[in-house]
Amino acid sequence: MSENEQPSPEEMQKIQYQQMVMKTKPKPPLLRNVAGAFIIGGTICTFGQALINFYKSVGLAKPEAGAATSATLVFIAAVLTGLGIYDSIAKYAGAGTIVPITGFANSIVAPALEFRREGMVFGVGQKMFTLAGPVLAFGFVSAWLVGLIYYLFS
Amino acid sequence: MAVNKKMGKQTIAFHNPPVIIGASSIVGPKEGQGPLGKEFDTVLPDTLVGEQTWEKAERKMLKTSCEMAVQKAKLTLQDIDFMMAGDLLNQLISANFTARDLGVPFIGLYGACSTMFEGLALGSMLVDGGYANHILTAASSHYDTAERQFRFPTEMGVQRPPTAQWTVTGAGAAVLASGGKGPAITHVTIGKVIDLGISDANDMGSAMAPAAADTLIQHFKDTGRKPSDYDLIFTGDLASIGRALTEQMVKQAGFDISKNYTDCGVLIFDSARDTHAGGSGCGCSAVVLAGYLLKQLTAGVYKRILGVGTGALLSTTSSLQGESIPGIAHAVVIEGYKLGGN
Repeated sequence: MSENEQPSPEEMQKIQYQQMVMKTKPKPPLLRNVAGAFIIGGTICTFGQALINFYKSVGLAKPEAGAATSATLVFIAAVLTGLGIYDSIAKYAGAGTIVPITGFANSIVAPALEFRREGMVFGVGQKMFTLAGPVLAFGFVSAWLVGLIYYLFS
Repeated sequence: MAVNKKMGKQTIAFHNPPVIIGASSIVGPKEGQGPLGKEFDTVLPDTLVGEQTWEKAERKMLKTSCEMAVQKAKLTLQDIDFMMAGDLLNQLISANFTARDLGVPFIGLYGACSTMFEGLALGSMLVDGGYANHILTAASSHYDTAERQFRFPTEMGVQRPPTAQWTVTGAGAAVLASGGKGPAITHVTIGKVIDLGISDANDMGSAMAPAAADTLIQHFKDTGRKPSDYDLIFTGDLASIGRALTEQMVKQAGFDISKNYTDCGVLIFDSARDTHAGGSGCGCSAVVLAGYLLKQLTAGVYKRILGVGTGALLSTTSSLQGESIPGIAHAVVIEGYKLGGN
């Protein structure tokens, strides 16, 4: 029967409604979001480069200068999160404040602050990694995969 | 012989319309700065109000608004037969813990953001049915408690899409009575749970609009009334996008509500509040009704209004498992003068 290939009236209604929603809802301001991400994300990265140059100029070797820069950026992002400033910047920056290491710091400090009231162990300790956990888990897996490929082909 | 109070498929017409003899509203600072700021009974200076947690702050708001509504009705808590209340938090902790403190016989309700209207509908049935003389009904929501339960920690740096709504920090309460002075509830239409497949938790307005439209259309069919029979038709917390969708769907069914229709989520915040689509939460429709619209009825600005409380029936589990968001909507007709004269 050819009717079986036709969507049911309920499905048709859903499809029609979703088309109506697409027409009605405003588009995200893509250009503004991209510009915000570029300017603020770029500023964070430029500041990071300035930090690397500074640490190298005071005598640190390149890997140590990189580690010191990461630590400094994480520290600043954590303080800004604690002061309630980071999320106000992120409103305009979007991916610009999520992608750099400062976003990682924010994703750990924000739940740690939030769940302090549920206690140190099951609040802070457990909830701290609710957002950063997936980043860590998949980061480890991809590092392991890259290592394996490197081992096999070198 | 029993009188039939049912009208059409889903509507009830009360023989002795229950009267709202007292109502109160409390809101947070952001709502206080909005266009309705001056209308609310209390505007809190901050969202913690001296408590250790936001959850405790929400309970304090709910409790205070319940006590205030009873006081305005010139009653004491002993006069309340049943309290019906709800909120958005898991296992209704705001309402349950408030009822513990108030010591009133209690029925907990969960209708997501439609809870205030669910309470008014059920409370009116109890009063008109003769099962109670005084019903206290209330609902609350709090931006920070809702964010941390349903979305992200509040200090998390995320960009909200234009469809996102802002959970209202506020609590509203009303006392229904079998007699007395005040606006009266003449009809209620109990809605069906409707799901047209929207699964974006950042777009609740679109998820709930089909339920609101379905209840509105059914209400017009059941009562034989037209949109123009009402001075104002309002939905609970669909905000700007859900409002536009509801208007289109109701129009497709042959009812034009474009002239006298608005939404509490649109009324409570203006663009300077930067909430994107508008307000949401149990508190949104509760405080706009209790703080603003009931006063307009009493003042005679409106004679007859049709309110539709709207709720998105999702949980964090259902969202993560990829389920779409079902919506519910209950309609309540409130008139500024008492019908029947008894």
